Amino acid sequence: MARRAGAPEVNAGSMADIAFLLLIFFLVTTTIETDAGLDRMLPPIEPPEDDVVIKQKNIFQVNINKNGQLLADGELIELKDLRGKAMAFLENNGDGSCTYCGAGKKDASSSDNPTKAIISLKNDRETKYGTYITVQNELVGAYNDLRNRESERLYKRSYTDMEAEYSKQETEASVKEKLKEKLTRIKEMIPQKLSEAETTSSSSN
Amino acid sequence: MSKFAKKKSGELPAVSTASLPDIVFMLLFFFMTVTVMKNNDVKVKNELPQANEIKKLEKKDRVITIFVGAPNDEFASVFGKEATIQLNDKFSNPDDVGDFILQERAKKDEELQNVLTTSLKVDKNANMGLISDIKQELRKVNALKVNYTTYEGDAFNNIKN
Repeated sequence: MARRAGAPEVNAGSMADIAFLLLIFFLVTTTIETDAGLDRMLPPIEPPEDDVVIKQKNIFQVNINKNGQLLADGELIELKDLRGKAMAFLENNGDGSCTYCGAGKKDASSSDNPTKAIISLKNDRETKYGTYITVQNELVGAYNDLRNRESERLYKRSYTDMEAEYSKQETEASVKEKLKEKLTRIKEMIPQKLSEAETTSSSSN
Repeated sequence: MSKFAKKKSGELPAVSTASLPDIVFMLLFFFMTVTVMKNNDVKVKNELPQANEIKKLEKKDRVITIFVGAPNDEFASVFGKEATIQLNDKFSNPDDVGDFILQERAKKDEELQNVLTTSLKVDKNANMGLISDIKQELRKVNALKVNYTTYEGDAFNNIKN
């Protein structure tokens, strides 16, 4: 009596079952993961045309042997001390031209200024990949710590934070433009010059 | 008192399940949007090392992945226990890496071909020798942007065992 003549209602009782079926399918196939890792640039295979002479004191040599021991600038050191050592080297400010190197020791036998300082990483063929990543992580960390400090001072925001926002897809173009400007400035102040020399094998040569 | 007694004798009203489909659909849409279909099986042991100074790999379409690690137990009898390279679904030599990169690069859109990143998913027990060979091959085909893919965590856990 209540209903007028019209289309009869479709029974939607099985809708939940169908949806559940789909849900379970997607639950099973889902892998929620965004990969993350250490970004690095490999050196081009052709050597640069003009040979640049780099002073020995501007190079911070890091060597990892097959047992995972670490030789930094001729000293056997622990892995946990590497970050501090690398930072001290980078902001040593030997020629006094770097105005923002706060704690620079101005040691004449260490790097001139952050733009000239190069960290060179060398490893053995039998070095464990895990160890290598730890060393890479510490060296990248040293750069990031310095960049964060400068960025915090200039823009009241950490470098890594700004970089993460810059690389996000959702960020608007206008915001990106501004961020890029700031990031470039910090990068110019403390360029990441981390070279990876070819490996040596301990048995031959 | 009699009022309560009367109500108790009556049947329990059924719980309305009318909103159940809505809830399920909501979940369904969530999973549909976050799903990334797995397109290749990892045939090698792939326990990545940990690091904390990491950057996220946004934009999945710009990434080429190379797996390195000791073959899984079911392949160990054929391919041995030494770390090997897995490209797509095949075990390969370092020499094949260059061709693989070129092939994958050719599959991508033209405007993406110059901004590709190579993601190296390497087991933490692999030796650096193999990685250096891969890096050398990558340099030969000018695929210079690499990402050592890691888990997020304390980097010092890598050297504990």
